[in-house]
This record gives sequence, C-alpha cells and structure tokens, in this order.
Amino acid sequence: MEMAQTASKKKKAGSPARAARAKAVTKSAGSKASASKGTAKSVLRDDCFFILNENNTVDAKREPKLDKALLLRMYRNMVLTRAYDERGMMLQRQGRIGFYVPSTGQEAIQIGTAAALTPTDWVFPSYREPGVCIYRGASLHTMLCNLWGNADDVSKGRQMPVHYSFADLRIFSISSPISTQVIQAVGAAMAAKIKKENDIAISYNGDGGTSENDFHTGLTFAGAYKAPAVFIVTNNQYAISVPLHKQTACTRLVDKAIGYGMPGIAVDGNDVLAVYMATKEAVDRARRGEGPTLIEMLTLRMGPHSSSDDPTRYRDEELFKAWGKRDPIERFKTYLTSKKLWSEKEEVALKEELKALISAAIETAEPVPPPSVEELFDDVYAEKTAQLKKQEADLVKERELRGKFINTSEAFPL
Amino acid sequence: MATMTLLAAVRDALLTEMGLNDKIVIMGEDVGHNGGVFRATEGLQAEFGEDRVMDTPLAESGIIGMAVGMAVNGLKPVPEIQFMDFIYPAFDQIVSEVAKLRYRSGGGFSCPMVIRTPYGGGIRGGHYHSQSAEAYFAHTAGLKVVIPSNPYDAKGLLIASMRDNDPILFMEPKKIYRSMKGEVPEGPYTVELGKANVVREGKDVTLICWGAMTQVCLQAAELCVPRGADCEVVDLRTLVPLDEETILESVKKTGRVVIVHEAQRTCGFGAEVSALIAEEAILYLEAPIVRVTGLDTPFPYTLEHVYMPDAERVALAVGKVTNF
Ligand SMILES: Cc1ncc(C[n+]2csc(CCOP(=O)(O)OP(=O)(O)O)c2C)c(N)n1
Ligand SMILES: [Mg+2]
Repeated sequence: MEMAQTASKKKKAGSPARAARAKAVTKSAGSKASASKGTAKSVLRDDCFFILNENNTVDAKREPKLDKALLLRMYRNMVLTRAYDERGMMLQRQGRIGFYVPSTGQEAIQIGTAAALTPTDWVFPSYREPGVCIYRGASLHTMLCNLWGNADDVSKGRQMPVHYSFADLRIFSISSPISTQVIQAVGAAMAAKIKKENDIAISYNGDGGTSENDFHTGLTFAGAYKAPAVFIVTNNQYAISVPLHKQTACTRLVDKAIGYGMPGIAVDGNDVLAVYMATKEAVDRARRGEGPTLIEMLTLRMGPHSSSDDPTRYRDEELFKAWGKRDPIERFKTYLTSKKLWSEKEEVALKEELKALISAAIETAEPVPPPSVEELFDDVYAEKTAQLKKQEADLVKERELRGKFINTSEAFPL
Repeated sequence: MATMTLLAAVRDALLTEMGLNDKIVIMGEDVGHNGGVFRATEGLQAEFGEDRVMDTPLAESGIIGMAVGMAVNGLKPVPEIQFMDFIYPAFDQIVSEVAKLRYRSGGGFSCPMVIRTPYGGGIRGGHYHSQSAEAYFAHTAGLKVVIPSNPYDAKGLLIASMRDNDPILFMEPKKIYRSMKGEVPEGPYTVELGKANVVREGKDVTLICWGAMTQVCLQAAELCVPRGADCEVVDLRTLVPLDEETILESVKKTGRVVIVHEAQRTCGFGAEVSALIAEEAILYLEAPIVRVTGLDTPFPYTLEHVYMPDAERVALAVGKVTNF
C-alpha cells in the first residue's frame, strides 16, 4: 500500500517498493510475523522498509549489491557527521560558539539520501542535515565558520549557526522557518524539467514540518505537475517537545502521500542501506520523468532539539533507550564487519583521522575575525541603495566617534 | 508586592486571569507540557488542563485560524507565536481575517484575542529569532499593538489586553525577559491600553520608545546627564491606539525629539510618530526630529550589537539635536 500509486506498476524484483508492498500485504493477511521475523522485538513500525535485520544480519534476497567504495564512503561520512555533531555541541558547551543543532542518530538518513544523488541534483535541507553538506563535499572549514558567524562564513555572519548555504554544491541556503524549502524544491525541480535538464530536487523536513502550509503546498504542486522531486520526511518523533501523536492523528506520515497523489514509502531511518535503496529508487523514478515520491524516514531524535533544549523534560525514556540500541552507525559497522569490509583496526584509524580533520578545521576557523561593519550592507540588494549607502556612512562615522560597539547579547534560549 | 522578571510577570498575568476567566484558552507550539520554549506558560497546563492550554501542531496559520473560530464561539483565545519571526505563516489569518472581521461583518462578528509573541534582538538569534515586526501590524486597521517594557506593565497590560474587546498583538521584549526585574503587585490589576508612560521626566529632549528600547533610552538619559542634556523618556506602551496627547505634550515642552526603535528604519513605526509630531507640533521644534533605528538590512547574527540601537548611539543622537 505504501507504493500504491501509479508508479508502483513497474517495480523490479527486490526493490524497496516491492518489499514494502509485499510486507503490507503480509500484514493485511493477518500475519503477525512481520518481515523482521526471528529477530528481537523492535520499535520499528512494521510497515517500514528495511534491509538490516534487528540483529544487523541481512537476508540474502534483500541484500543490495553495492560497491565496496560506496559502502565505505557512506560509512566514513556517517562517522564524520557524528564526530562533527559531537564537536559542535562541545564547542557550544565550552562557550566558543553560541548555538548548535545536533543530528545525532540521523546519520543514516542524511548519508543514505545524499549518496543517492548526483552532484548536480538540487538539495533543499533543513537545519538538521549537516551530513548532507559533508557528503556533498562542503568544506569543514567553511561549515565551522558558519558556527562562528565569522568573515569566512558563507552567510557573512548573518545567519545563526547550522544555517549553511553552498551554491556551488547546489545546497540551498537553509532557513529557520519550518518547511519553506519543500515547495521551493518543487520549483527547482520544475525548472530542471522545463529546461529539459536531468537534475532532480530533494527536500528535507521533519515530522513537525509536515503540519506547515508549505509542506502541503509543496506536495500538492509536485503531484499536480509530476515534478522530478523527492521529499524526505525525517520522522524523529518530536518537534521540540511535541511528540508525533500530538502533532497529528496520522500515525504513519507516509500515508499522506496518498492525499497528494504520489507514491510513498516508509523506511527504517536507522538502516543506511534501506535509506539508500529507497531514495535511489525514488530519485531514479523522478529522473525518468515519472514524478515525485514521499519518503518517511522513521527514527528518533537522540539528542536535544538544540544546544538550548533539555529533552529530559519531555522525552519518552523507554523509546529513547530502545532506539539507542538501533544506532545507525553501529548497525552499519556490524554489517560491514560481517562482510569483511571493515575491521576494528580500520575503525580506530578512521576515528583518529576524522578527529584530526575536524580539529585542524577548527584551528583554522576559530581565529577568523568577525565580518566587518561595512559588510552588513552588502547583499541586501544587488546594488546598494542610496539609503543603505547613507546608513553605512553614518555607521562608519559613529564608529569613529565612539571607538567601539559593545556587545550585550543574551544567550540564545531555544 | 513581589520582585519578578518580565517573563514571570507575563506568566503571572496568564495565571491570574485564567483563574478569573474560564473562557481563556492558551494555544501554541510547546506551550503545554514544556511550558513554552521561554517557559512563559510553565505549569499552566498542569493547573488548567489540556483543554485550556493546548499544544498545537506546528502551523502558525492554524493557531490563529483556530483562534478566530474559538473567539466567535465564545472563548477568549490567547495564542502564542513562538517567535515573532514565525508569525508570517499566520499573516493572512491575522491581516485578512482577525483584523477585519468586525468591520466586514458590520459588527456582527468579532474575534477578540491576544496574540502573544516574543520579539526583538539581542539574544544571538540571527535573522529568524530577532525581528521587531510591529510596523506590519500597526499598519493593519482593526488590530491593537501592545508592547510592555517592564514587569509591572507586562502584567497590567496583558491583563488589560485579555479584557479588551478587540484583537491584540502583544509583543514581549525577549531580550529583557529575564534580565529585567521589578516590583509586581499580587492579584489582578490593569494598565490602561492607549496610555503612554513618561518613565523619566526631563526638560531638554524627548526620547520616544517602546519595549526593550525603553531601558536603552533610560541608560542613554543617564549618559546625557554629564553631557548636559536632561532627557524625558516616553514609553509608548501601545502603538495602536497611540497616545498622541502624551507625545505632543512632551515634545512641546522639550522642543527636541529622538525616536528610538530596533526595527528597520524605512516604514518603521518611528516614521509615524515623526509625521505626527511634524503635523501637530512643528512650530515647537528647536531641531529636526531624529530617528535611531535598526538598519535597512535583514537582522544579522554576529554584528547584532552593531545593528541594534544602544545607549551610546541614542546619546549621540541627543547630542545632535541639542547642538543643532
Ligand atoms: C514557522 C516556524 N515556526 C516555529 C519554529 C520554531 N521551531 C524550530 S524547530 C521546531 C520543531 C521542528 O520539528 P520537526 O519539523 O519535527 O523537525 P526536527 O526539529 O525534529 O528536526 C519549531 C517549532 C520555526 N523555526 N519556524
Ligand atoms: Mg522532528
């Protein structure tokens, strides 16, 4: 039922769509034995497409034949994303940056989706996808400069931390207002279609984000135009403190796809192989001109909403513990190790290498000075208006008069 | 009397008035179990239940649209928009619906509500957690705009707003949520809407301000004492309705005016106040009216302290009008 729409007719054997559909059929036939048969009891919803079993083994017929290089690239980027998040939080705790938003536990979603794209596909992320930037080759130095809001920050110190923007990587400037990017991705997708280019667009939003107007508009438009777009809904089950069951009466966000007339699939968001395969199929379909797909990635937010949040005020601790046992990196590592593609020795070396990589980037990013006062007035318009020129001159004169500007800012509370 | 923060005064107003009026319903993102991201509604859901303090789905147009329906059907909604920067998805509901309902229905319907929202910079929030968007709403007939500057006023104005018959945008200066403390009487009391407050008397220059800028102007007034200028500080408290009388009275006395707001300059509410003074009191002026405002740029992150008016910038403007 997940892929119940038109596009589901041409499924290849072993495809995510087929597996999910087969499972849904199994379920409606009344069988309690879901596809994770024989494994430990899971918190994973039984309509979710998965490849890794709960004990991280794979049924031979489900196993995708993926390149070793791709598998290891995904693993490396997942570990790097985890390390980057840990350092981001640490920098905030040490008072070196003002704010951070970790994506801990959501690495498989970020890396598995990013790996399914081409470099010229368009990406419209939310604030919780640093791994997508990392996978596409964003410079760590530049990302870190955003955390400091300094002169090497792409936004020139104008946006808060974790609001990246990489025009050269086709990673759209991240906005705080929730879900605005969803309909914008449709625009980029339609532009590619109208220009007869082969690129697709992918957008990311959260479970909370499915309630915003721009999410509905985005999927409505995409369905109406058969836009070459893929919508990733990261269902981490919380929108700050609000749990999914208070957010919506729709327990399976993937069901929303039906209302917009597009296929949808729910995926174990902590299984990078499943994430990759499901996304790849949706991306390929979009590229073939067969229209958009909604992918619900089920996971749990393992960290605080942000560095200012205390999740123990509202978190379901049992759920937290259960998902903690499904760590996407650990699971993938177990798989790779069992395939003899990875070893503890390589693990140690990788961790050290990435730690050094981040430390080196921090060393170059932290000392970069803040943007200049004059830069405040750039980029408001393509050309500075007369009013802006006057305000800039006034401000420069004021600086001469008073010598310095005093910062009395309070800490960010959210 | 108890000494409390501006934030605690807001919460106290809600708690007090909800106890007196069981039609009041609070709704917004994270306001229930979590008590709001700033904790302005802390404990209220436990006190009044989930029907009166509602966690909403993440949709501002939904929050305000639902409030309209509740209001016409007899409740008194007090919706919260988590940050003023996120009010725009609800702009259509507020501007097209909330503000015009009484007029378009010939008085047949009305939707009194109090839309609470934290506003303003100085918390390292960048573009989307810092805006002062009062001008859009003051420019909308049918809405009142109220902005307290201290704990006493916050409680009194909020209770007055919850008793008013019109829809009100109640903007809370989040930079001073916790840093600003003051005496707040226990129990209910009101501060009249539409009455400005002369928070400091002076004879040389009138500083006109609201919200968080009131503290900045008071500091500036102190800076100006050794520099030889005696400043009067007028806290407007409500932009709509505007207390023209208090403004003009002060201006006629001092003959010099500096208007201070952190919102961007062009079409900021300061322009309205300036026009009023020019129209009604130009012959009393000893110097041109000066505005000290945010820049005509989006609100920045790293250099927010350069963007926002501070006491020194206001004092320099005072120097300009006194040395004209
Ligand atoms: C329009 C808008 N309203 C409110 C907010 C405040 N806010 C920031 S994140 C968030 C929750 C988002 O939850 P979800 O979409 O599930 O994404 P997650 O944070 O879990 O990744 C809220 C309410 C916002 N940024 N934008
Ligand atoms: Mg979420």
